[in-house]
Amino acid sequence: MFVALRDIRFAKGRFALMGSVVTLITTLVVFLYGLTDGLAREATSAVSGLPADRIVFGAPPGAAPEVSFGDSTLDDGQIRAWRRAPGVTSAEPFGVAITRLTAGRAAADRTATSVSVIGSAQRLRPALLTGSAPGDGQVAVSGSVARDGGLRVGDRVTLGTRELTVSGVTADRSHGHAPSVWTTLATWQGVGHQRQPTALAVDGPGRPAGAVAGTTKAVPVEDALDGIDGYAAEHGTLRLVQGFLFVVSALVVGAFFTVWTVQRRPDVAVLKAVGASSGYLVRDALAQALVVLVAGAALGGAAGAAGGALASAAVPFELSAATAAVPVAAMVLLGLAGSALAVRRITSVDPLTALGAGR
Amino acid sequence: MSAASVPSRKVVLSREAVLSMEAVKLTYPDGERRLTALDEVSLTVAAGELAAVVGPSGSGKSTLLAVAATLLRPDSGRVVVAGADTAEMSAGERTALRRERIGIVFQQPNLLPSLTAVEQLLVVEHLRGGNVRAARARAAGLLESVGLDAGRRRRRPHELSGGERQRVNIARALFAGPSVLLVDEPTSALDHERGARIVDLLAEVTRTHGTATVLVTHDRGLLGRADRVLSMRDGRLD
Ligand SMILES: Nc1ncnc2c1ncn2[C@@H]1O[C@H](COP(=O)(O)OP(=O)(O)OP(=O)(O)O)[C@@H](O)[C@H]1O
Ligand SMILES: [Mg+2]
Repeated sequence: MFVALRDIRFAKGRFALMGSVVTLITTLVVFLYGLTDGLAREATSAVSGLPADRIVFGAPPGAAPEVSFGDSTLDDGQIRAWRRAPGVTSAEPFGVAITRLTAGRAAADRTATSVSVIGSAQRLRPALLTGSAPGDGQVAVSGSVARDGGLRVGDRVTLGTRELTVSGVTADRSHGHAPSVWTTLATWQGVGHQRQPTALAVDGPGRPAGAVAGTTKAVPVEDALDGIDGYAAEHGTLRLVQGFLFVVSALVVGAFFTVWTVQRRPDVAVLKAVGASSGYLVRDALAQALVVLVAGAALGGAAGAAGGALASAAVPFELSAATAAVPVAAMVLLGLAGSALAVRRITSVDPLTALGAGR
Repeated sequence: MSAASVPSRKVVLSREAVLSMEAVKLTYPDGERRLTALDEVSLTVAAGELAAVVGPSGSGKSTLLAVAATLLRPDSGRVVVAGADTAEMSAGERTALRRERIGIVFQQPNLLPSLTAVEQLLVVEHLRGGNVRAARARAAGLLESVGLDAGRRRRRPHELSGGERQRVNIARALFAGPSVLLVDEPTSALDHERGARIVDLLAEVTRTHGTATVLVTHDRGLLGRADRVLSMRDGRLD
């Protein structure tokens, strides 16, 4: 990297500009990564945290079942058929509904939040932090609901039109961006004005035979997330934006190094004439690109993570060192691919041109 | 320059051929036909000899140097550099030959804009896989010997005059201890007096470094310094 590093020092301004573009795009991508994961967690953690292999969605007889928590219902016959199906070790019904939770006795300090009410057996619920499992007429709330509403075990809350007692506080879960509260299936039916549970959490392979096979649909838990209202669209859009940013960055880096390489042609011709091989010059140029990319992406990664940490008070943001490394590494690799296409031109430079008067 | 790499006066006097071209023919594509730039050119230059080539524009002088520098492959004929026949060499071997045995002084100084004068020489050492740090003193000494003081050795090309750049260019060509020094109109960007000083310098380094030097020039006033003057016309040398 004899010439590469000196070129960077000599053309500081240009390389700093390129590095800042990489930094800014990486900042944006890392921030988006954190936001995407944070939003995904808010949308899906109640479902993805279910201790089950598959989720079964159902439809009334005659209708086609769809992967949708909003549309799915299961009747007793369907539940029984799944429980009896060969290979299925457990099939636990649960209900999901979004409703309002109102806390506080006096009208003045009354707070209302949108929550997802999930009715199920204790087996499907997240671990309790304090208190006990909810019975009929009781509810266990996510830690965030307890914090925001100032709730303690024994407090009364209103869920929809039903008044319930807080029996415990669970680890944070949420569904469709609404923090989750957990109760029994019977209480859930009252709160949500529902007759039938929404879906089944199933363990073990296999499926029922007969008519139920046509009115229910089983998918792995990660595919069931697409059944959460708006999640697939939201998640897909954010991933698309990330993908575009990666492509834009690779193109910008490629364009920069194309211009740079074209500009350096006379220097490359001289170096070849004095005995540098094409392979050496290409490696040198790629090393130069790597220096700019690693510096820019590392700075951007740090800035994105720091910005996300600051913003996490206001927006859901979730980023670990491992997930931050993915966009940073992707920026470096894609940038390197872009610059590889550009510095390829080095091989076509004829050292003979160094001899010419007009250069 | 170590003493061993400088051929003794005796060797110089023995007129050992270091560059030899035999019946070299080179054509360029020219529309439908081919343009003959070198027509059966033969030339032998010994160690420590300065051969000047003159001739009108377009007569093939630069082409002759390019073939001697292994930058162009002749259509026919032999080019032997430091005892090695270049016809049988792969592209990589020719690159290595240029690195180790051939010094080229370009018409334009063609220095790398980001490197200081000393580094222009050190990059050659780097390309040869040598120890750059250890070569620094030798590079400084060589630049001193072509007339660049310590302050100027630390400057980049845009901070040097045309004549100083051409001196760096010559020092770079000499740095690897080449057997053959090829010089294409080194004075075209300089006034007559500076040009004369550059040719004096070339004559001197040819003696002290024992290179087989081919100097292409327009300036007939500079030919007094050459051991031999060859004139080129329409691709023929006599
Ligand atoms: N790459 C090329 N393709 C086709 N023809 C070329 C090429 N390079 C040189 N020629 C032709 O070959 C002939 C010899 O060119 P060359 O550059 O060797 O001349 P020269 O003696 O160095 O001229 P000058 O004194 O102007 O530098 C000229 O007629 C020129 O037009
Ligand atoms: Mg010429």
